[in-house]
Amino acid sequence: MITQFEHIQSAHCETGVTRNLLKNAGINNITEPLAFGIGAGLFFIYVPLLKINNGPAIAFRSLPGAIFNGTCSSLGIPVTRKKFSEKQKAQHFLDSCLNEGRAVGCQVGVYFLPYFPKEYRFHFNAHNLVVYGRHEDEYLISDPVMEKVTTLSSYELERVRFAKGTLAPKGQLYYPERSAGVSDEIIRGAIRKGIKKTVGSMLHAPLPIVGVRGISFLGRRITRWREKLGLEKAGLYLAQLVRMQEEIGTGGGGFRFMYGAFLQEATAYHRNEELQLASAMFTESGDLWRAAALQAAGIYKGRLGSQADFDQMGGYLQNIHDVEKKALRHLSEIKWQ
Amino acid sequence: MKQEDVPQDPGALGKISREVCYAINEDGRYVTQLSRGWEVKASALDTAWQDIEKRADAAKEKIRNHEASPLLYFMEKCSMDTKILSGYTGIWKWAIKRHLKPDVFAKLSDKTLQRYAAAFNVTIEDLKLGNI
Repeated sequence: MITQFEHIQSAHCETGVTRNLLKNAGINNITEPLAFGIGAGLFFIYVPLLKINNGPAIAFRSLPGAIFNGTCSSLGIPVTRKKFSEKQKAQHFLDSCLNEGRAVGCQVGVYFLPYFPKEYRFHFNAHNLVVYGRHEDEYLISDPVMEKVTTLSSYELERVRFAKGTLAPKGQLYYPERSAGVSDEIIRGAIRKGIKKTVGSMLHAPLPIVGVRGISFLGRRITRWREKLGLEKAGLYLAQLVRMQEEIGTGGGGFRFMYGAFLQEATAYHRNEELQLASAMFTESGDLWRAAALQAAGIYKGRLGSQADFDQMGGYLQNIHDVEKKALRHLSEIKWQ
Repeated sequence: MKQEDVPQDPGALGKISREVCYAINEDGRYVTQLSRGWEVKASALDTAWQDIEKRADAAKEKIRNHEASPLLYFMEKCSMDTKILSGYTGIWKWAIKRHLKPDVFAKLSDKTLQRYAAAFNVTIEDLKLGNI
């Protein structure tokens, strides 16, 4: 059983799965940046004290599942999402979907994902891929961050669907209902809703560790890392920041370029100068994130290491805070028609 | 980021697949551009793995000094904390903490050891010897 499925490579797993599943369900006009923006994927949080892989807990995006659910609900497309406690039932349900000719999205852990290079196998459980068919014991897999489609044996697929640890996927799968397509009017409304949601979480979050305030907070913390943690550990922490920001799935600059692309695409639906302005600012912010990553690399590779270097690193984050705050202000002041 | 500035450095992922980046073309429009990798993030990944190796080495030292059981080495090597290991083995977190003591570990049944060995993808013998 093989469903008709077109694999299009994407920057980010969940937005890619969303776009590809929607396309498969009959909706052709949702691109990856549109899915990212409508699903309000842009986010920032730094949780002090909490440690992930012995490093700081930093996220550049919303919780797994939020982008797919948000995009579909804004577009008015019903979604089925299921978790399982039993592995057999999870496989059985997947098979029955495939028998109906339905491609489904699965949340998986990457630790046991055999086609990933060894260097990438961390206990990261918020990866997403599409299963679009089965041939005997081989499942046909479209992993949107990879150039080509691949396969997993039933055992390999079960192992990644039931990965353990934080955000354990519990065999989770999801798919949108078939649709006759969405009108430009619906997309217009969905864009507006997505931007409002992002402005809310990035600009008006009640916690100082979330959104633009979180970026500035992290910037201030970083300037103290050298003294508090020592050079080596501070370097490790910065390497973790860079990995969260740049590793496969962000499209570069911690999703900022993808958000810039979204705002630019949004101008086709809303004739509004603020959108183009904000898009340019997010491009600037993405470039600043990249410059900050370069500075961080100087530190964890041992080329840099003075307090002034850490101050400069913190300074980058302050700049980013300023630029993104300005961009989000522009977005919040849009007079929607 | 301009389209021509999208880095094309060798990296671990580049051998298997290039990745999509969003960048600006000459006309100021966003386009996608495939990247082979970026040296900055390749070295971030190296840094993370060097740390894991270092932790595993420190664990070996502890095992030699009878301060920890071989379990610690495999946990560091596989970067599993008690929560993850508990998930894969079904053994309680507090029990795993006890099993990190060499004397408690020495008395474990083969059945329990098998559960740990399966989680680390090694044999019981490797597990007992710490394979070091």
